[in-house]
Amino acid sequence: MTTPASVSTVDLAARFPGIVSADSRPGYSGWIINADKLIEVATAIRDEFGYDLLSSVTGVDYPADGKMEVVYHAFKTTGGSIFVFKVQMPRDDPVVSSLVPVWKGAELQEREAWDLLGIKFTNHPDLRRILMWEGFEGHPLRKDWKEPFYEEELKPFKSRWPDGKHTIAEAKNPFRDNVQFPVGFDPEKYTFEDPEQALYTSLRKYQSEDKDGIKTDHILVNMGPQHPSTHGVFRAVVMLDGEDIVSLKPVMGYLHRNHEKIGERNTFLQNMPYTDRLDYFNSMSNNFGYALAVEKLMGIQVAERADYIRVIMAELTRIQNHLIWAGMMLNDLGAMYTPALYAFEERELILDIFEATAGSRMMCNYFRFGGVARDMTEDALRKTRELVHDRLPGKVDEMDRLLTDNEVLVSRLKGMGYLSAEDAINTSMTGPMLRASGVPYDIRRADPYSVYDRFEFDVVSRPEGDMYARYLVRIEEMRQSLKILEQALKQIPAGPILSGKPQYQVKIQPGEAYGRVEAPKGELGYYIVSNGKPNPYRYHVRAPSFINLTSLEMLCVGEKIADFVAILGAVDIVLGELDR
Amino acid sequence: MDNNELNLPGYEIPDDMKNTVAITSLDRLYNWGRRSSVWPLMFGLACCAIEMIAAQASRYDLARFGMEVMRPTPRQADLMIVSGTVTKKMVPAIVRLYNQMPEPKYVMAMGACASSGGPFKEGYNVVAGIDKFLPVDIYVPGCPPTPQALMNGLIMLQKKIDKESISKVRWYRKGADTVEVPVPILGPDLIDVRRIPDIKSKVAELSNPPAQREA
Amino acid sequence: MYGKGLLKGLGVTFVRFFNTYWEDLTWMWRRVTTGEKRYHSAEGIAHRSSKNTRGIFTVQYPEEKLPVPEEFRYIPFLVYDEGADGAKEIRCTSCGICSKVCPPQCIWIVRGTDPSTGRPKPQPAEFYIDADICMNCGFCAEYCPFDAIKMDHDYELASYTRTLLPMEKLMKPASYYAEIRPLNAAREDEARKAKEAAKAAKAEAAAA
Repeated sequence: MTTPASVSTVDLAARFPGIVSADSRPGYSGWIINADKLIEVATAIRDEFGYDLLSSVTGVDYPADGKMEVVYHAFKTTGGSIFVFKVQMPRDDPVVSSLVPVWKGAELQEREAWDLLGIKFTNHPDLRRILMWEGFEGHPLRKDWKEPFYEEELKPFKSRWPDGKHTIAEAKNPFRDNVQFPVGFDPEKYTFEDPEQALYTSLRKYQSEDKDGIKTDHILVNMGPQHPSTHGVFRAVVMLDGEDIVSLKPVMGYLHRNHEKIGERNTFLQNMPYTDRLDYFNSMSNNFGYALAVEKLMGIQVAERADYIRVIMAELTRIQNHLIWAGMMLNDLGAMYTPALYAFEERELILDIFEATAGSRMMCNYFRFGGVARDMTEDALRKTRELVHDRLPGKVDEMDRLLTDNEVLVSRLKGMGYLSAEDAINTSMTGPMLRASGVPYDIRRADPYSVYDRFEFDVVSRPEGDMYARYLVRIEEMRQSLKILEQALKQIPAGPILSGKPQYQVKIQPGEAYGRVEAPKGELGYYIVSNGKPNPYRYHVRAPSFINLTSLEMLCVGEKIADFVAILGAVDIVLGELDR
Repeated sequence: MDNNELNLPGYEIPDDMKNTVAITSLDRLYNWGRRSSVWPLMFGLACCAIEMIAAQASRYDLARFGMEVMRPTPRQADLMIVSGTVTKKMVPAIVRLYNQMPEPKYVMAMGACASSGGPFKEGYNVVAGIDKFLPVDIYVPGCPPTPQALMNGLIMLQKKIDKESISKVRWYRKGADTVEVPVPILGPDLIDVRRIPDIKSKVAELSNPPAQREA
Repeated sequence: MYGKGLLKGLGVTFVRFFNTYWEDLTWMWRRVTTGEKRYHSAEGIAHRSSKNTRGIFTVQYPEEKLPVPEEFRYIPFLVYDEGADGAKEIRCTSCGICSKVCPPQCIWIVRGTDPSTGRPKPQPAEFYIDADICMNCGFCAEYCPFDAIKMDHDYELASYTRTLLPMEKLMKPASYYAEIRPLNAAREDEARKAKEAAKAAKAEAAAA
C-alpha cells in the first residue's frame, strides 16, 4: 500500500519556485499549482519527471473557503506510485486552462467537471455538457445545489426512525415528481435551442464538394441510444463520407444515475452496494477499489485471509468479464450467439460461487473495510478449485480454438482500429486497451496492491495496437488470471476475515485518498475526500470505460461504419460505469 | 399444441376425437396464440439488462416460452422490458420507442429502478418509475431480479394475457387508448407535456410565495 | 491453409453438439442402472451446475428450480418467534439500526409506545420496507444486533402493482428462517443461548 509520504518523491516546488507549493492541509498531499502556469508545469511533469499517464481529472467544491479545486492524478507507465497536483480557483469564477494540449485524456473528464461542477476550461476543444443535457439548470455536484427529492444533507435521514411513517418522495415535492424548475419558468413559452445542434456543429464541418462533377455531401448518422450493439444506452454521432467515418462524437449520460451526488450523501459503508452498480459485470473489482481507497484513509490493515479471498474474487470476475467480452464481441461482429452462449455457461458457474459466498449473483456487496463480509465456505472453495483446476482452463482453450484462428474473425480484426502506444498513453487509456498497444502497464504489477506482489504472473501485452491484439490480450489474460487463482487457492491461509470489528459507522480522518485497482476494463480509481464526518465530502470514480472512450474518434476515423460496432465492442464499455 | 390447454371446460369431447379436436372460444385461441409468442424489445438500460440477457442465455433459456426472439426494432416487438434505471435524458427515447411499438403491447418494469427509481430514486437525473410515463403491466421487484424472478414475472404476464378478451382489450376499442404518449421535453428539467398547465401554476405559486402576495 | 481456423472452430461446435446427445444417452443408462434422472430431479440440477456439466445446460424454470444457496438474499423480512400460545413475539426492538444503515433509506419504522405509560417500548408499531427501492444489499440483516431482520429467499414476487411491504407482510416465523438458512440460524441460536447463559450466570453471581 502506498503511504502519502511516498507520493511526492519529486520536489516540484524547488523546480518551480513561487509557482508551485506543497499542499499542506492535514491529510492532503501533492502540489498546488498557480492556475495561470498550469500548462507549463504540466508539460514539465510529463516530460521532465516522466509522469506520462494522466489518470484522473476531477474537481472539488469548497464553498467554505470560497474555492474550487481541480485535482489531477498522474502516473508513470513504467510503474510507481501516484503524483497529485491541484489547481485552485475562486469559486464564483472558476476558470482554468484546459490540459488537453498536454494530455488528450483530459478531454472527456474536463467536460464532466464543467457539466457537474461548472468549472470552465479555456482552450478546451469542445466544452459542452456531457452527462446532463445542454440546457439543464445548474451544476449538480456543487455543494449548494439541491436535487428535487432533497431530504437532508446527509444520511441517515431523520424521517425514517423513530417516527417513520412511510411517505413516498413524490409527496414532498411541489410538482409531485422528481423535477424542479427555476423561478419564473413558463413551460408554455419555453423555447430551447436544439441541444443537438451544438453537438452536430462540434463534428467536423461538412463541406459539400464536387467530385467528378457530382455534388456530394457528408451524412450524419446517429447510433443509439437504443441500438442493439452499443452495449446499453450509449450513443455515437457519426459523420460519414459514403461508408467511411470522417468524424465521430460519443454522446453519453443516458444512464447517468448521479452516483457521485448520492455517494456524497451516503455514509462510507452505504456506498459499497452502490459501487456494485458501476460496472455491473464486475461488482467484485468495484468493491475492491472502493475498499482500498477507504482503507487508505482509515489507515487500517486488511486481514490476510480476506486479502486472498479478495484476489480470488477479483480474478474470477476478470475471467467471466473477458469471456463475456469475447462472446459479445463476436455478436458485434455478426457471429450471433454461439460464442456468447458458451461464455454465459461458464459465467453462470462463476456466478454460482459469488451467490454462495456473497449472496447475490451480480450485486455482490461483499467487501468491507478491513476485510470481507463473510468467509468463503469450504464448499465454495472446493467449487472454486474444481472450476479453476478442472474446467475453466479447458474452456478458455475451447474459446481460443473456436475463435482465434478463424479466418473471418482475423480479417475483421487485424489491422483495424489502430492505436499507437504514444496515442494510447496520451489519451489516458488503461487496461487491455493500453496493453494491446504495446505498453505493459498493469497496476497489479506497476503499483501492487493487496497481495498481488506474492503471485507469479505475466503482464500480457502485444505490440500491434489493433483489435486483434486486444482480443489476444484478453484471451491470454484469462490464462494469467487462472494462474493467479491457482496460487491464491494454494496459499490461502486460515484466520479472521476482518481486521477489526464489524461496524456500520467507520471513523475516518480528514484527508484525501486515491485507491485504484486493475479492473477488467482498466484502471478503476476512487478519489475520496473526507472532512472527518461519517460521510465522504467528495467522492469521485475514475471509470475506465468512460476514459477509454476518449480515443474512440481516433480509433474510428478512416474506418468503415460497419466496423465502428466492432471497434466500440473491443474497447469494452459498460454503461453503468461510463455514465455513473 | 396442447389441446387440454385450449379446451373450454364443460364440453366433452368423445374419446376417439381427443387430441384431434379442441373446442374453444375465440378469446382463448387468441390469447393462447399471443401469450406463446411474446417478442420482447431488445433494449437494455442498466444492470437488469444483464440479468435479462442471462435469462435469454443457456441456463434459463427464454425460448421455452416463445420469447427468444428479441427484436432490436420496436416495430416488431410486443413487450418492452424496461430493464434498469430510467434517466431523464433517456426517457424521451423510451417514450418514442413505446409509441412505435404496434399494439397489443405490454410494458414490464423490471427491477426496483424501473418500478420506482429504486436506490437511485433521489438522484437528479432519475425518473421515479417508468409508470410515470407508460402504462406498466407488470412489476418485478428485486435489484436486480434474478433470471428466475424475471421469468416468474413473464409467467405472470402470460396469465394476464390469458384473462384478456378481444371485445374488451383497450386497443380494439374506438378512440381512446390508441393515443400516443407525448414525448417529454428536456428543458431546465424534464417537462412532462401532459402536465404543462400544472407545472405552470405550481411555478407561479412558488415564484410568488403567499407571504409576498399579501404584502 | 485458408479455412483451417474455420474448421477448427466448427470442430468445437460439433463436439458440443455431439455431447448433447451423448450426455442424454449416458443419463438414460444411469436411469436404468441407478435410477438417477437428468431432468426434474435434484441430482440432475446439481450435475448441471457442477464442473462436469456438458450438453444441455438449461434449468427448466418453473418446472424445475435452481436451488438458491443459503446466503442468497432478496427482500428482507422480519423474524418472529412463536410463543407458547401461538402469539407472534417479534424479535425487532425498533432500535433503528437497519433504517440507519440502509443505503437507499427504504426502511421506515414507527417506534411502539406503551399505551399505559406513553413511553417508548422496544417493539415497532409500524414497519415498512419499500420493495421498489430496496437494493437487496443485506446490510440490515448483517448489522441487526437482534437477528430480527433477515434476507428472504423468495424471489417470486412479480405483481401487477408496486410493492410496499407493511409489517404484516414482512413477518415470518423463526421456523421459516431456520428452514431457509439452517446453518446461520443454528449459529445465531447458539450465540444467543450462550449470551443468555452468561447473563444468567452474571446475575447469579451478582445475587450471590
